[in-house]
Amino acid sequence: MTTATPAKTQYEAVIGLETHCQLSTETKIFSPSSTAFGAPPNTHIDPICMGMPGVLPVLNQKVLEYAVKAGLALNCQIAPYSKFDRKQYFYPDLPKNYQISQYDLPIAEHGWLEIELYDKASGSATRKRIGITRLHMEEDAGKLVHGGSDRLAGSSYSLVDYNRAGVPLIEIVSEPDLRTGQEAAEYAQELRRIVRYLGVSDGNMQEGSLRCDVNISVRPVGTETFGTKVEIKNMNSFNAIQRAIEYEIDRQIEAIETGEKIVQETRLWDESSQRTISMRVKEGSSDYRYFPEPDLGPIQVSSEQLSTWKAELPELPYQKRERYESELGLSAYDARVLTDDRAKAEYFEATVAAGAPAKQAANWITQDLSAYLNANSELAITDLKLTPANLAELIGLIEAGTISNAGAKTVLPKLLESGGSPTKLVEAEGLIQLSDADAIGALIDEVLAAHPKELEQFRAGKTKMQGFFVGQVMKKTNGRADPKLTNQILAHKLTSAE
Amino acid sequence: MIDREQVQKVALLARLALEDAEIDTFTTQLNDILGYFEQLGELDTTDVEPTTRAIEVVNITRHDQRVSMSDREEILQGAPDRDGDFFKVPKIINE
Repeated sequence: MTTATPAKTQYEAVIGLETHCQLSTETKIFSPSSTAFGAPPNTHIDPICMGMPGVLPVLNQKVLEYAVKAGLALNCQIAPYSKFDRKQYFYPDLPKNYQISQYDLPIAEHGWLEIELYDKASGSATRKRIGITRLHMEEDAGKLVHGGSDRLAGSSYSLVDYNRAGVPLIEIVSEPDLRTGQEAAEYAQELRRIVRYLGVSDGNMQEGSLRCDVNISVRPVGTETFGTKVEIKNMNSFNAIQRAIEYEIDRQIEAIETGEKIVQETRLWDESSQRTISMRVKEGSSDYRYFPEPDLGPIQVSSEQLSTWKAELPELPYQKRERYESELGLSAYDARVLTDDRAKAEYFEATVAAGAPAKQAANWITQDLSAYLNANSELAITDLKLTPANLAELIGLIEAGTISNAGAKTVLPKLLESGGSPTKLVEAEGLIQLSDADAIGALIDEVLAAHPKELEQFRAGKTKMQGFFVGQVMKKTNGRADPKLTNQILAHKLTSAE
Repeated sequence: MIDREQVQKVALLARLALEDAEIDTFTTQLNDILGYFEQLGELDTTDVEPTTRAIEVVNITRHDQRVSMSDREEILQGAPDRDGDFFKVPKIINE
């Protein structure tokens, strides 16, 4: 191809995520108040989280355990010696005017997380490792309500609710290894899957248990240096993360191409207008002046403690995905859907352990059971009356030819709602498949005799009529006739009678 | 040595409004304090490991158990301003 114009510059984005994840503890990180979401304002406060003079914070041991487990699950090195630091800044959501965080000796560093990018069109999945720079423990701040609304603009005063102040968080910082909005959204989802698998966080984005800040710059493909970095906040869904990044990539490329300077700043994602907006934060007003927190002693995780916690880790989503594909022969899609939720994955595994072939178990769970759970959103898979053993039994009945697939679907609603033995139910419902060749042959003869016109059409070359005859046999038997056998006998009769 | 400019920066970070005369006073006083600490430099610390604390305690933790600590009303009353169950603070947006 020849062209007079020079090739258009190709850009790539360099993206890193900072994720704050609330730990599912009963009490706050340094004080014994409740962490429950949605309580009336300022009911979960105490002198420690409010920074009263003379109080002494003490670390919640569950916070340390959860942070270390998250670090291990993210393939991090756990620090043999770690400490807390004070990060100073003034903002009314921070009662002490400093946040207790970790600065230079975080509990975990140098890890990675594997994301899987699934391509719907091809059905194939590619995997990519994203580096984890660090993971540290810190306390959350309170919540500001601006003049009766959540909006900053136009309010003359703010109201503060400190229920969230002192709630334990882990902050997870990724390496700038992400390149697209899809990768970033996938990274955030995988992170949520991991913390949910571990049971260390509910990962609920709507309630703020999982909050992602994005650092993003663009550069021409092939360059080594980074462009000017912009931070984006305020995305409250995975979809918003992806769209905010896609918007920001376009905005930055356009700025570069039109010679506009990209400013290092924080921008907010505005869901209603689907764009990012500059926050215009005053320069030089923040200087955190970290120093070691004098009220808290350092942390030393012994190798015994570390191995105990390591042994308690469940099989992780990426490990399950890999195993389902390589050992159980499932498609990338099935592996992905089944492992999205730990309870679903465990239900699947129990079904397979009870003797069901993996592919069939996967089909029933990802299709019929998932549809039922979607329609009954208050139910979790563990609430189903149909146990994994029952599902395996039902699949076994199909495999053995005792019932047809359609017969199994007929009894499924009853099994889902009332449970019980599938074998007994199909007997009681008269759904046992008709597999007697002579009986089926006789039924076919009856059907052919009753439909001479259709038979004539078939003989005239309308081979699709075979389906009609099968349908008639099914009608006569209430769907009990073995469809495979029916087809075989029918085909034989139709050709031999010609 | 600390100069007037640094004192002004620290004052800004601490949200303190200082008079010119106060800046001079604090510059002198802070330099005096730093001077006392300078004396520590006379000791030979070549073989001493850096530390952030004098007492060697590690892993002080508590159980994840709820304890009712104090009267919420008492804490709310301690605030300069409140609005019902909320603490009330001046407008905080940067223009």
